[in-house]
Amino acid sequence: MSTASIAPALSELAVGQDLGSRSITVSRQDLVKYAGASGDFNPIHWNEAFATSVGLPGVIAHGMFTMGAAVQLVTDWAGDPAAVVDFQTRFTKPVLVTDTTGTEEPGAVIEVSGVIGALDADAGTARVDLTVVFAGQKVLMKAQAVVRLA
Amino acid sequence: MTINPDLQGRSYPAAEVYDVGREKIREFARAVKATHPAHFDLDAAKALGHRDLVAPPTFAIIIAQRADAQLIEDPASGIDFSRVVHADQRFVHHRPIFAGDRLIAELHVDGVRAMGGGAMITTRAEIFALTGENTADGPGASREAVSTTTSSILVRGEGQ
Repeated sequence: MSTASIAPALSELAVGQDLGSRSITVSRQDLVKYAGASGDFNPIHWNEAFATSVGLPGVIAHGMFTMGAAVQLVTDWAGDPAAVVDFQTRFTKPVLVTDTTGTEEPGAVIEVSGVIGALDADAGTARVDLTVVFAGQKVLMKAQAVVRLA
Repeated sequence: MTINPDLQGRSYPAAEVYDVGREKIREFARAVKATHPAHFDLDAAKALGHRDLVAPPTFAIIIAQRADAQLIEDPASGIDFSRVVHADQRFVHHRPIFAGDRLIAELHVDGVRAMGGGAMITTRAEIFALTGENTADGPGASREAVSTTTSSILVRGEGQ
């Protein structure tokens, strides 16, 4: 396991600064793991027949899976997960996860990128604005994490 | 069945204590594909000045959704869980959640708004750590504010 990165200094940050990007692969098994870990067993996240019976195109990821996975870009950059003092989003589009069980192929790929959206020197915080995209569409809107920095 | 408009302003008191375990933090961290060592390795967490493993920023959803279940499963609410869509979510952390915390949640129904044949319901869970006697409501119990979570769910009406 890698060591924690050095925390960025607030005074050295600028609004608009790019914090990089990453791809998150998602499989049906990942959704079963998230269901177990979170206690959210809604069958739309693991049962194709149920999902389509309620009008969905197929099994979709938990919004909270996407939100929880997307913020890792922020915690890794901040160097301490405890630095995230506020995190919010709206869920706008579902992430459809194809059944690729038994293959090496991901069922979906989510692209996450982050920029500094605002700085508050008095509060000692930086706001990171995340862009979270699946299949060319933003699946989270107003995905903002406020990070306390030294 | 329609959503009961009288839900707005309703509160549900803390029902049960949630004991935060190290293995649960590790399991949840893996489930959201987190790799930061402060979730897994006690020495790494302590090196950052923390008393125990640190929960990921969205870990509080476990406690918040348990609190929400009181409302969703309340027959008087009129909510059909199979028609629920998560619309938005916010976590405000007054302090991090650590392994060893004993947490309780009070649920408040802050908003009920009709939308088409359905409704948008906004709930807020105030999450506290027990710091005194180990009971939620026992004499001498004291508590520390940990997180405020806010979520809106859309309950789809027929044909939505």
